[in-house]
Amino acid sequence: MSHHIVELKDAFFKYPDGTEALKGVSFKILHGESVGIAGANGMGKTTLLLNLSGHLIPTKGEVSIGEVTLCQKTRQEIRRKVGFVFQRTDDQLFMPTVYEDVAFGPVNLGLPENKVNERVKNALEMVGCYHLKDRPPHRLSEGQKRAVAIATVIAMEPDILIMDEPASNLDPRSRRQLINLLNKFKHTKIIASHDLDLILDVCERCIIIRDGKVFADGPSDEILLNESLLEENGLELPLTRQLHNFKQSS
Amino acid sequence: MKFDEEFFNLGYLDTLSYKDTFVHRLDPRIKIIVTFIFILFVVSFNKYQISALLPFFLFPVFLLTAGNIPIKAIAKKVLFISPFAVFIGIFNPLFDRQILITPFGIPVSGGWLSFFSIIIKFILTVSSALLLIAVTSFPGICEALSRMKMPKIFVIQLLFLYRYIFVLLDVALRMVRARDARAFGNKGKDIKTFIRLVSVLLIKSIDRAERVYQAMLARGFNGEIKVMKKYKPRFADIIFGITSVLLFYIFRNYNIANYFGEAIKR
Repeated sequence: MSHHIVELKDAFFKYPDGTEALKGVSFKILHGESVGIAGANGMGKTTLLLNLSGHLIPTKGEVSIGEVTLCQKTRQEIRRKVGFVFQRTDDQLFMPTVYEDVAFGPVNLGLPENKVNERVKNALEMVGCYHLKDRPPHRLSEGQKRAVAIATVIAMEPDILIMDEPASNLDPRSRRQLINLLNKFKHTKIIASHDLDLILDVCERCIIIRDGKVFADGPSDEILLNESLLEENGLELPLTRQLHNFKQSS
Repeated sequence: MKFDEEFFNLGYLDTLSYKDTFVHRLDPRIKIIVTFIFILFVVSFNKYQISALLPFFLFPVFLLTAGNIPIKAIAKKVLFISPFAVFIGIFNPLFDRQILITPFGIPVSGGWLSFFSIIIKFILTVSSALLLIAVTSFPGICEALSRMKMPKIFVIQLLFLYRYIFVLLDVALRMVRARDARAFGNKGKDIKTFIRLVSVLLIKSIDRAERVYQAMLARGFNGEIKVMKKYKPRFADIIFGITSVLLFYIFRNYNIANYFGEAIKR
């Protein structure tokens, strides 16, 4: 299925204040692939994701999702294909109840009411939160908010899931549940995170961004085991690996 | 920590509105209309009337007991805004010194009568408005308003207000705590710091608004928000509406308290 290919060709992005966040990024993500994006703070991960989802448009170069090239005109179309889970759940959940929040996307897609209800139910059941449907978002725990935020995106049935730090502020069990959930999805996944263990568990491929450029790109269990490469980028070996090494050396 | 208390206090009224009792389950539209009619009836009495107002206490008391709302929660809030009502009526006893009634031989001037009438009307109207919020979830009220043809833009503003007031207060709370943690004694609590705190809060809110808008766009926002329709008027709603309005009408046109008094005298 060629229409789920995500491709960046030498993309540049410059913020209005003059900060150059992307300086020529190129890569290609195939259908069904899950890709982790890692890098130190301020290296351009979030900007990259915003460029992929049509929230920002590259100042130079090209982003295309399937056959559609991102520009002012195709923004809406791109957004329909790409589901974006934002880093802060309070930004993502803006409706007064969980149910309405999940229904927001499908309603805007112009679906009839019974279809909307069906999608909301499926999405909430998938993340195990159907029982929360009448609760207001400000009465949920952070883990529940995260699951609901994912449901809001799932309900739109996007081809591609983009997530910015999905595991931030989660306790270990919620984080584990999130990882299991992510592994259930057959979508193309692009996940930006500092949680390298999560990337190792969920993504088969990993891209390291540095100073607005692709610094390394390859299979996760190759890149995330390269200690010197990671340290050069302000990262560390994933904990599971450290433990593994520790056991072997002792 | 005054701010902390106020913060949890605000959330408290919201928590109450998610209970599940007979009055909580009523159609929000009916509750809004009945409360509105109630207020109209109460304020329609003349300024010397006291005894005829007393039966109207039945309505807030009913909401309070049937809705299982602790009286303290409401009483505290009524008390909090009572200075406004007191100041409106406080000068009446000075201007209006004509003796109107002499119960038990004590002369009572028109000024005092109208003062107490204002206070009673204030308690009745404010407590029932607060109780309306306490027994109806806020989204329910918004749904009702939109179905009663309130302009959509106002309803959406209310919805967002409700969603983000808690987030905003949470941010403010954390900022105040952070300030207190490093402001020993009263240093750092002056007006100058306060202004900076508020301005940072404003900037943070604008930033958040931007992000929320992005999140809305990500899910196909095109200027329209549909308010869900959950409630259908049931038999109980109609009965509640009709009996309340009927009772208000009787209370308004017949002085029940007077009849009771007469009956006891006899």
